Amino acid sequence: MTTSDIAQGPFQVYPQSVPQSVSVKKGTGQDKNARPLSLSGHVGFDSLPHQLVNKSTCQGFCFNILCIGETGIGKSTLMDTLFNTNFENFESSHFEPKVKLRAQTYDLQESNVRLKLTIVNTVGFGDQMNKQESYQHVVDYIDTQFESYLQEELKIKRSLHNYHDSRIHACLYFIAPSGHSLKSLDLVTMKKLDSKVNIIPVIAKADTISKSELHKFKIKIMSELVSNGVQIYQFPTDDETVSKINTAMNGILPFAVVGSSEEVKIGNKMVKARQYPWGVVQVENENHCDFVKLREMLICVNMEDLREQTHTRHYELYRRCKLEEMGFTDTNPESKPVSLQETYEAKRHEFLGDLQRREEEMRQMFVQRVKEKETELKEAERELQGKFEQLKRLHSEEKSKLDEKRRSLEDEINTFSKKKAATELLQGQSFNTNANLKKDKDRKKSPEMEAKDVNLTCDEATNQNHNCCFRNL
Amino acid sequence: MMMPPPAMPAAFQVEKPVPGPGMGDFSYVGIDAILEQMRRKAMKQGFELNIMVVGQSGLGKSTLMNTLFKSKVSRKSVQATSQEKIPKTIDIKSVSHDIEEKGVRMKLTVIDTPGFGDQINNENCWQPIMKFINAQYEQYLQEEININRKKRIPDSRVHCCIYFIPPTGHCLRPLDVEFMRRLSKVVNIVPVIAKADTLTLEERDFFKQKIREELRANGIDVYPQKEFDEDAEDRMINDKIREMIPFAVVGSDQEYQVNGRRLLGRKTKWGTIEVENIAHCEFAYLRDLLIRTHMENIKDITSSIHYEVYRVRRLNENNTAIAHEGEDTHWGD
Repeated sequence: MTTSDIAQGPFQVYPQSVPQSVSVKKGTGQDKNARPLSLSGHVGFDSLPHQLVNKSTCQGFCFNILCIGETGIGKSTLMDTLFNTNFENFESSHFEPKVKLRAQTYDLQESNVRLKLTIVNTVGFGDQMNKQESYQHVVDYIDTQFESYLQEELKIKRSLHNYHDSRIHACLYFIAPSGHSLKSLDLVTMKKLDSKVNIIPVIAKADTISKSELHKFKIKIMSELVSNGVQIYQFPTDDETVSKINTAMNGILPFAVVGSSEEVKIGNKMVKARQYPWGVVQVENENHCDFVKLREMLICVNMEDLREQTHTRHYELYRRCKLEEMGFTDTNPESKPVSLQETYEAKRHEFLGDLQRREEEMRQMFVQRVKEKETELKEAERELQGKFEQLKRLHSEEKSKLDEKRRSLEDEINTFSKKKAATELLQGQSFNTNANLKKDKDRKKSPEMEAKDVNLTCDEATNQNHNCCFRNL
Repeated sequence: MMMPPPAMPAAFQVEKPVPGPGMGDFSYVGIDAILEQMRRKAMKQGFELNIMVVGQSGLGKSTLMNTLFKSKVSRKSVQATSQEKIPKTIDIKSVSHDIEEKGVRMKLTVIDTPGFGDQINNENCWQPIMKFINAQYEQYLQEEININRKKRIPDSRVHCCIYFIPPTGHCLRPLDVEFMRRLSKVVNIVPVIAKADTLTLEERDFFKQKIREELRANGIDVYPQKEFDEDAEDRMINDKIREMIPFAVVGSDQEYQVNGRRLLGRKTKWGTIEVENIAHCEFAYLRDLLIRTHMENIKDITSSIHYEVYRVRRLNENNTAIAHEGEDTHWGD
């Protein structure tokens, strides 16, 4: 709503033409229970498209282009030329280990239309020695954008009209101008992408091919695409305003383009061109290349259709596959319609049940392990106990042995000391008796004997203590 | 349905949006051609509009609809009713028409509610209407969460509900307040003073003022709702409208000769009331609001606000229903 809408009162009354009864079109695919009606005057809802457009203009538009092509094939230059600006680009190296995707978003404005343009470039595409994984990164990127849109759509509290749509609306596939045919990398990549994105193949650096070669090249490319079942984007031909031009353009695919951000003076105008010693290739000259046609088709005529196809065909396909993969269906085995909620509930129960079961399992396992460990430990304990007992036994055996020995030793000592004592006693006694005997003998015996005896006894006595002598005396 | 957000692989670098250098120069890119493309697409697809009319019988609902769309769109014109009996309960009847103007095709559905406010006991008269509106939201929601979705989901949601206030000249009745209070939360309500030719201009102004006060006092937000104004411009325009609601309308599908022109009007002994003359009644303002300027906005608010509120409530309800199985959930308190 703009201030210019305030004319009389708060509304702008749209110019009222003479009321005419408008012919009624029998509903083309309309509801059967809606009856066509003729109006007897000007109602004014013909301003609806205008209102719709106004609203969209306020919101701004969003367009995302993916450029796939080898390094150095001219993707960035073409984007610059297409949108007539100088996007900040820098040359990429040829030594990327794997394909990366670099997305840059720009805000463009032309008259009162604001466009949020996102250009996604493949960096390092076709540079690797082994190109088997090249297309996978691109496919993953596209899927990621679909996924985040799907996430947003499935949220409970969502804001779809504020959502920055990052899904790829158009994919420009740059074909190297070899003049012969498509490379196998091209075919494989395009085959993988044709159900996910609108593919528009372009022949890059078309100024290296002559006109006749170009014609043959285009035919070869299209036939190869068809024979390999690659579905490239067809410009829509159902709307009569644009069907003629679109059909014509469909026959000129793929577009042979030349990009240039440099300007050359031709006549008295500066035009975008590439200057060679043998001539100047003018980008916007339709005789030189198909750049103008590409711009026309991509932006001026079919931008909205590209966005719509992305949303209604590619995104819906992705969504359907994703949800089916997760196990959701619209009809259960009895072919009664099942709501998403019911399926979700069922899945949730299943999942919870599963979770519980697994928890139980784990618990059982845990208990079992504990038991096992316990028995193990018990075994070890028992073993240890046994060993201990054994050692103890040994020890006590030894001890008792030692005790016995000690006892026997003691006994021996006792016996010995007894013997010793006895021997000493005996000796003492025997000496006394000897001494007494000696005395008697002395009285009886001759003095010779006495002398002998005395000598003996004296000898003995001298051998012994003085006792006997003293005793005798 | 919670899925864990996918982790962004490190290979993707997204740079912040850079305000591109102005495009001017002399070369034309053609971005603004998208407006034309959108217009074309809209014309091809056609539009849908669902209007509900609510009010006691005899207030001129059918006539007003016919006047608005300059053709016999009302239920009465479609169904040949031998006698007009006031139904015992509130009926909800909807009739669809395909109309076209200057290449713009529209499927218009008029939803009538005969029996509203006509019983002796009108408590809970808003319930069947609330149920109907919610049923339309439900139908849309079910279509939306299907796996195999239709290319274009048929939109049967009620975009706008025109509420007819009888021209008592005093203030709103409890029935009016109750209905509008409950329904303004789920649908865009446009209140109009019916049969406004029974009020003089002073009475009309007084009545309108009273009504506005009462709406404010009861916290009833009718269309255009203050909280959905998008920017200052919007607010300015909508403020002017809010100063004028409710529109005092007179409907007629009969043409009379006035000053040499054939105009829609009501002929009485004391003069002819011209329906489209803003000096006589505010029908033209209502028509402009509803059709010529704010129709897209009305549909927008329905789909992005009222429907989303319903959806959030519905999806949350399912979650809590699991937690409290068997509990009774109440709708629209």
